[in-house]
Amino acid sequence: MENTKAKNSLSFHIVKREQTVWYKGLAIRAIAVLLALVVSGIVITLLTDKNPLAVYKSMWSGAFGMDIRIWSLFQDVAILLCISLAVTPAFKMKFWNIGAEGQVLIGGLATISVMMFLGGKIPLPLLLIIMIVASILAGIIWAVVPAIFKAFWNTNETLFTLMMNYVAIQLVSYFLKVFVKTGSGVLFPMPEFGFPVLFNQPYLLNIIIVSALTIAVYIYLKYTKQGYEISVVGESQNTANYIGINVKKVVIRTLIVSGALCGIAGLLLVGGTNHTINTETAGGRGFTAIMVSWLAKFNPFFMVVTSFIIVFLQKGAQQVSTDFRLPQAISDIVTGIILFFIIGCEFFLNYKIVVSKNGKEND
Amino acid sequence: MKKLLALVLAIVMLFCFAGCGENGGKLLGMSEAPIEAVEVKVDYEIPDDFKIGFICLHDENSTYDLNFLNAVDAIQKATGLKDEQVIVKTNIGEDDACYNTAKDLATQGCKIIFANSFGHEAFMIKAAKEFPNVEFCHATGTKAHTEGLANYHNAFASIYQGRYLAGVAAGLKLNEMIKEGKITADKAKMGYVGAFTYAEVISGYTSFYLGAKSVCPSVTMDVQFTGSWYDPTEEKNAAEALIAKNCVLISQHADSMGAPGACEAAGIPNVSYNGATYESCPETFIVSSRIDWTPYYNYIIKSVVKGEKIAADWCGGIAEGSVVLTGVNQDVAAEGTVAKIKEVVKGFAEGTVKVFDTKTFTVEGKELTSYVADVDDMGDYKPDTEVVADGAFNESVKRSAPYFDLKIDGITRLNEKF
Repeated sequence: MENTKAKNSLSFHIVKREQTVWYKGLAIRAIAVLLALVVSGIVITLLTDKNPLAVYKSMWSGAFGMDIRIWSLFQDVAILLCISLAVTPAFKMKFWNIGAEGQVLIGGLATISVMMFLGGKIPLPLLLIIMIVASILAGIIWAVVPAIFKAFWNTNETLFTLMMNYVAIQLVSYFLKVFVKTGSGVLFPMPEFGFPVLFNQPYLLNIIIVSALTIAVYIYLKYTKQGYEISVVGESQNTANYIGINVKKVVIRTLIVSGALCGIAGLLLVGGTNHTINTETAGGRGFTAIMVSWLAKFNPFFMVVTSFIIVFLQKGAQQVSTDFRLPQAISDIVTGIILFFIIGCEFFLNYKIVVSKNGKEND
Repeated sequence: MKKLLALVLAIVMLFCFAGCGENGGKLLGMSEAPIEAVEVKVDYEIPDDFKIGFICLHDENSTYDLNFLNAVDAIQKATGLKDEQVIVKTNIGEDDACYNTAKDLATQGCKIIFANSFGHEAFMIKAAKEFPNVEFCHATGTKAHTEGLANYHNAFASIYQGRYLAGVAAGLKLNEMIKEGKITADKAKMGYVGAFTYAEVISGYTSFYLGAKSVCPSVTMDVQFTGSWYDPTEEKNAAEALIAKNCVLISQHADSMGAPGACEAAGIPNVSYNGATYESCPETFIVSSRIDWTPYYNYIIKSVVKGEKIAADWCGGIAEGSVVLTGVNQDVAAEGTVAKIKEVVKGFAEGTVKVFDTKTFTVEGKELTSYVADVDDMGDYKPDTEVVADGAFNESVKRSAPYFDLKIDGITRLNEKF
């Protein structure tokens, strides 16, 4: 870099990076997180009179402060990861499925219905099998209906899957009215018909199931023919057509996988965790999962990291608002800043800014 | 003679001023609260290692939760508890998160854990079983008296009395409209926006209606349900639907500004809930009732500090300071409203006025002589306890949460889906 002073102003342009070496990538990400912490520290000091270091300490304690918080952290990571795994095949295919929220809820509704009506009447192992089948089927139906319409009539899947969310929410609300005769809309949990508890740790089974699913989805996407077809359809439908891939079939089949995984997430939430349901059971994870999946560039193992970061930030933010009696909004601002930097640094990973001292006029 | 003239002049001038206020020249604003404030007495010493935890469904953006959070501030001020001794967890859902939070608070050393939402109950009970040395207190729940746990308790307030008083203010307003010829007596129809067809809501609107009926015998009421505790759009729509059905006064049991806002826009008088909406609705707000949780907080802290037992069911009333009214908006309410409310409050205290006096209402045309309610909420939906005695339906006696769920004559439910 020369240091000659040019009379005309600096100009810079953006160049795509060829390939980022891994340590450079890591360094850029580390700088981003550091910058994010500094900026949110400034924001915290400006908006409140709190010491930012104390705020970060409180964030850390919200996630790791005691055994129960760590378990709860991993449980939430598992559920978010499960839903992220579910949306990934569809997104990789460039099918904009934003209906995971509804697919999870309907899977949960199927689970709780089985628990309500068959619980205590048939042996528990059989009940659990029916719960699994019902939740997966419900998730599949919720995902495959928009897929069929997309495949055959080219309807807009974004709107369709979004609307299916509202249908699912209203169905949960309706069935709560039917199930709960006092009219309070609150269904008393039925832990006796839930998943077995391993080693006295209620979340352990969920975590194991999602770990297995992560590996399975990784293998499915990377090493199977179907996974390859998904990539091809995602890259270019024309190419897919040209090499003889039945695009309609791939779209529908992939959404069956997506829906089934969402159904399982609903099963884990209802059968494995809450043993009851309400309209908040999915809790917006169906949308957060999209971010998790994109941030990880659709790689299931990276998703473990990205879902961990997001859940860590959520838990931390909640602890900050508790410890300092701050409105949740302040914590959400901090979370927003950190995510902004993490997403923003992806830009610097893919592109570099080249500053040239000679303006175009000189050429 | 001069003195007499001066007196007459003074009286004339007094009327002039009063007239000015009435004619919209000058706003009279809010009156003092018609129920006298009850002081929170802290006559006990709290050890430095004492901690109390609060679990709230939402945060200060919901009027329901704000009411609990304000009481937390009030009790903290009254007791001098430090910030480290009072842990407030907001936005805790009605699922496993509540159980986790309760465990978290217990592990941090909280002696008392309080949760504010009905759906928290199952998860509080689960945590209570694991931490027998921690007291778990739950607002609006129904299970404490049957669960048989020494450290699990329910609490509520006889808010039906507050609703009744608000109803009296509404009835007086209707009488004023009839007197001024704005409506005829048979057109005195009120509207009510309810959340669910749940006993807590039914008890609330029935007592409101009976309060109005005690002063305006020809009153009727339409109830529209929203199927949600907090849904500003639905509540606004419901209020507008009721206004379109010729309801001349609206009240609500739902937590948003939806209904009061719709009333202000349409110029229809409104009786609010969970705090004054006077600021945003100065031309239609009449009065509002709410539960003040400070007395209960005081009671449980005192019990734990002194090593006394906490009642399985606790239902605070006007005397305890649990049921409170805001001031009356003198620009909207009928004349004499404050005095009348004070008179009824006195009647409650002396036992001469009962909200659910069976002589004041009928069910399917008949006086109620016996009613078996589902007080033991065991999930069987089977009625189990006789609750009519001494000429009244005894609300919140057999358990703290309301169980009045009858359909009385004069009230029409427009939609029963919820």
